[in-house]
Amino acid sequence: MGGLRGKALILGHLAMILACLIILAPFAWIIMNSAKQQIDIYEGTLQFTPTWRNYERLLFSKQSNFIRNVANSALVATASTLAVMAVGTLTAYALTRYAWGRRFRVGAWLKAALLGWILLFHMIPAITLVGPWYLIFRELGLYNNLLGLVLTHITLNLPMATWLMMSFIQDVPRELEDAAWIDGCRRVGAFLRVILPVIVPGLVATGVLSFIFSWNEFSVALNLTASPTATIPVAISNFAQQYEIQYGEMAAGTVLATVPAILLMFAGQRFIVRGLMLGAFK
Amino acid sequence: MAPAAGTREAAGPARSLADLLDATFQYWALVPALLILLALTLYPMLSILRMAVSTIDFAQGQFLWTFTGLQNWRSFVEDWLFRIALKNTLIFVIVAVTIEMLLGLSLALLACQIQMGKGIYRTIMVLPILVPAVAIGCMWRLMYNYDFGIFNQALVALGLTPLAWLADPRLAMASVILVDIWHWVPFVFLILLAGLEALPVEALEAANVDGANGWQRLRYVILPMIGPTLSVVVMFRTIFAFKVFDEIFLLTSGGPGTATEVVSLYIYKVFFAENRLGYGALLAILTILTICAFVGTYRWTRLGRRDPWAG
Repeated sequence: MGGLRGKALILGHLAMILACLIILAPFAWIIMNSAKQQIDIYEGTLQFTPTWRNYERLLFSKQSNFIRNVANSALVATASTLAVMAVGTLTAYALTRYAWGRRFRVGAWLKAALLGWILLFHMIPAITLVGPWYLIFRELGLYNNLLGLVLTHITLNLPMATWLMMSFIQDVPRELEDAAWIDGCRRVGAFLRVILPVIVPGLVATGVLSFIFSWNEFSVALNLTASPTATIPVAISNFAQQYEIQYGEMAAGTVLATVPAILLMFAGQRFIVRGLMLGAFK
Repeated sequence: MAPAAGTREAAGPARSLADLLDATFQYWALVPALLILLALTLYPMLSILRMAVSTIDFAQGQFLWTFTGLQNWRSFVEDWLFRIALKNTLIFVIVAVTIEMLLGLSLALLACQIQMGKGIYRTIMVLPILVPAVAIGCMWRLMYNYDFGIFNQALVALGLTPLAWLADPRLAMASVILVDIWHWVPFVFLILLAGLEALPVEALEAANVDGANGWQRLRYVILPMIGPTLSVVVMFRTIFAFKVFDEIFLLTSGGPGTATEVVSLYIYKVFFAENRLGYGALLAILTILTICAFVGTYRWTRLGRRDPWAG
C-alpha cells in the first residue's frame, strides 16, 4: 500500500492515537476507580489518594469469596484448555490427514456432517444449550460442580480448537509423515513424533485462545454454578446485582479479571485474530 | 525410529491387535470428540425437542415432566415480549454491525498507509477482544453512572444537564450499542487491516499509473479486492451480535422496561427466572433455526467464490 507523507501522515497518526486512547480510556477509568475510597468514587474527583483498600477487602475480607472464584476460574480454564487441545488436535488430525470418502461416498458425507454439526455450536448462543444442560446436570449431580463446567467449556471451545488445528495440520507437508512411515514408524508414532512437534505454534494459539474464552465465559457459568463453584465473571456480576453496589470492590475485581488478557495481549495478535475468525467460516 | 521397529517384530495376536488399532488410528482419533458431541450436544438437542412439548416442574428435588403438546407453541403465538426482544435484537445487530464495519474499515484503510507504529496500534486494539465481556459491562456501567460517571461529569463541565444513560428508555439502547461498538470495532479493524496488507501491490500501482485518484482506487480497486473478507466479517459480526448477552446483562438486564431486552436475555429469563424450561426450549429451537436459515442463505448467495479464511 502507498504510504502517507508529510501533513497527511501526522493527521493519520493523530487519528490512530485518538482511536487507541478511546480504547484505553475505560481501562484507565476502572483502574483509577479501583484505587479510590468509596467517597472519592461518589465525588468523581480526579484528585485522590490512591489506596489498596478495595483490593484488600476483595481478596482478604471474610465476606469475600473472591480468592475462591479466582481458583475456580483458573482450574476450569486450565482443565478445559488441556482437554480441548488434546481432543481438538486428534479430531483435526483425523479429519485432515485421511482421504475421507475415497473408498466410500459415505465417508465424505460423514466428515461434512461432523464439521457442520461442530460449526453449528459455534454459531448458536450458548444460552440456548444451557437449559437442557441444566436439566441433565441436575440429574447427574454435575450442577454446581466444576467438572460439569469444564465439560461445557470443552464443548464450547471444541469448534475453535478443531478448525484452528486443522489449518495448522494442513500446512504440515505430507512427505514428513510418509518418510516416518517408511522408516518403520507406526501411524500413532508418526503423529506423536513427526506431526506434533511441527504444530507446536498451533497448539500454543489454541491453548491461549481456549484459556481466555473459558476464563471470560459468563452465560453458562452463571446458570450452572452456585456460590462455591462461581467463577470470576459470575462473582463480578454479583457485585453489580447488589442493592447497594460496592463500586470500589467491583472495580478491583474487574481489573483483576482482565489480567490474563493483558498478559496475553503481547503474545501475538495475529494468531488471536486468526483463531477468532477460523471456525466460523470454512 | 528404533522403538517402532522393535514393536513391529513383536509376535502373536498382540501384534495384530496393535496393528489393527494403528491402521484405524484415523477413526479412533475421533472418539473423544464424538463422545463429547454425543453427550453434550446431541443428547441435549434431543432433550430440547422433548422439553419443547412438555411442561417441567421442579418439586421435591425432582423434575416432573408433563407432556403438554402444543401448549408452549400457543404461549409463543401470544408472547408479545418475545417479539419486542426480537425487534430489539434486530435493531441492535443492524445498527451496531453497520457502524462497526464503517469505523473498522476507515481505521484499517488509514492504518495500512502508515508504516511506523502500526504494531503498537495493533497490540492496543487487540485488548477489548480478550477482556471478559462482563468486565467491559462493569467498566461502562461505572462510566455511564448518573452521579459520578465520566460522561455526566463531562456534560456538567460543559454546562449541560446530565443524562440517564442506562435508565432512560429512549437512550438505553443507544448506550448499549455504543459499548458494543467500542468492544468490536478493534476486531473489524484488525481483520480488515490483515486483509488489506495481503492485497497485491501491483494492482494498486497499476491504478496509480493509470492516474486513479484516491476515491477511484478505493471504489474500483481496493473494495472489490477485499470484498470477500468484508462479507465474512459482516457475517461473523452479525452472528455474534445476535448472541449478545454478557454486556447487556451487566449494563441494563434488558431494562428499563423492555428497552434493551434481547433474545438471549429473554431466553435466559424464561429458563431461569420464570422457570419455564419447556417454553424456553421452544424459544431456543426457534433461535437455532433462525441462525441456521441465516447461515444457509449466506452460504448460498456468498459474494466471494473463495473464502479468504479457508486456507
